[in-house]
Amino acid sequence: MIRTIDVHKSFNDQQVLKGVTTEFFPGKTNLIIGRSGAGKTVLLKILVGLVTPTTGDIFYGDVNFSQLNKKEMRAIRMKVGMLFQGSALFDSMSVEENIRFPLDMFTSMKKKKKAMQVDSCLERVSLGQVHKKYPSEISGGMQKRVGIARAIVLNPEYLFCDEPNSGLDPKTAIVIDELIRDITIDKNITTVINTHDMNSVMEIGDNIVLIHEGKLAWRGDKSQVLESTNDTLQQFIFASPFLQRLRAAALERSQEG
Amino acid sequence: MISRQLYHFGRYLMMMGTALARPERTYMYYKETTRQMNDIGIGSLVIVILISLFIGAVTAVQFSYQLDGTLVPLYYIGYIVRDSTIIELAPTITCLVLAGKVGSNMSSEIGGMRQKEHIDAMEIMGVNTAGYLVLPKIIAALVVIPLLVAIAAFVSVIGGYLAMVLTGSLSHNDYIMGVRSFFKDGNVTMMFVKAIVFAFILTSVSCYQGYYVKGGSIELGKASTNAVVFSDILILLADYLIASILT
Repeated sequence: MIRTIDVHKSFNDQQVLKGVTTEFFPGKTNLIIGRSGAGKTVLLKILVGLVTPTTGDIFYGDVNFSQLNKKEMRAIRMKVGMLFQGSALFDSMSVEENIRFPLDMFTSMKKKKKAMQVDSCLERVSLGQVHKKYPSEISGGMQKRVGIARAIVLNPEYLFCDEPNSGLDPKTAIVIDELIRDITIDKNITTVINTHDMNSVMEIGDNIVLIHEGKLAWRGDKSQVLESTNDTLQQFIFASPFLQRLRAAALERSQEG
Repeated sequence: MISRQLYHFGRYLMMMGTALARPERTYMYYKETTRQMNDIGIGSLVIVILISLFIGAVTAVQFSYQLDGTLVPLYYIGYIVRDSTIIELAPTITCLVLAGKVGSNMSSEIGGMRQKEHIDAMEIMGVNTAGYLVLPKIIAALVVIPLLVAIAAFVSVIGGYLAMVLTGSLSHNDYIMGVRSFFKDGNVTMMFVKAIVFAFILTSVSCYQGYYVKGGSIELGKASTNAVVFSDILILLADYLIASILT
């Protein structure tokens, strides 16, 4: 489990996070949602240690992550996998080399065992026969899958995904969401996803954290989203005119009925 | 102004301190170092040979013009071409050219990785990014650039020969006699000292500029330009200091 306790972050005079206290659970897909500029990416980067909080603490289990030195932080990071918004695959390496990179860097596995591990990860993300291709030769959806394969190759305890659906068509986005959810359940890992995709919220949101203007505005799961009377949440969910019309029509119909 | 320079110097020292930490896996660093050796060495060989050939030729032609009608024997042209290239032209011009070619390339490569979150991805994996991205480049440059400088010095002497002997300005025997005259092996030592110092400057400064790049393509372009400008200035400053100390 990951806990954040009263996390504040300021950049110069701009206060981005204003005391976020929340929890992310193992075996669940934990979603951080919010409008652009709400501070969710900063929160995610603080969780993985890419940004240092101004004040506040991050706990990985019982370990206070924000108090660790660089060496100790690296030890925790060995248990972390991350999928980046743009996949962040290394251009100069093939798909196979990208996935094998953490194994080459941190394990003393035999070549054959590494190849088996790469194959199993590619199979897990339903990709085959792309071993020798370079990131520029595969589609955006495939790049995301390779990114996930690389993130899980060291069997992490924590998986972080920064806007995994951005730039994907709705159908591919659903496939990626389902893949992340299945991996989370299979491996019982703590997955934290930063998203503003409503489909993800309603399909895989086991634990949803809404960040608004740097503060925790709402917390719950997907079954509580529509019933919630939280204004900020409702404004976020029904932000598009299409969804507003749909909700008005549904209300009208229920009143008639 | 001074505080800004001190800030950059401090950050540069911190990056170098991290870069020199113990590698996570030596094999990966070795693999990256050989790739960099190939990029720097083989990738720059043609331009270094071309530039050195013309520098040797121009030096010979200029001195031939200066010595014309004087009492200084003409075979001195070979001696002057040899020593001026070994002491100054081969290490300095080669490294100034490499700062433009290799330095800007390193800065753009690392800066691009920073912008595309490749460095963040490595950090999260637990990789010492300063070490993995900077150290192999420095080691590769420290091995390959002195070799390129030695080739440059040799080719410059050949360039002088071609410019003098093929045009009939000097005989083969006179030029070779000049090249063989008054040889001091300390000059070769100075050439290699310069090559090693310049190689370190151009790679570490370029990597620093790329490693801390922020923003978009304009900032990446600026980082690349800064890499070349600062490397060139520091190379020339180091050139003066080495010349003062070793002569």
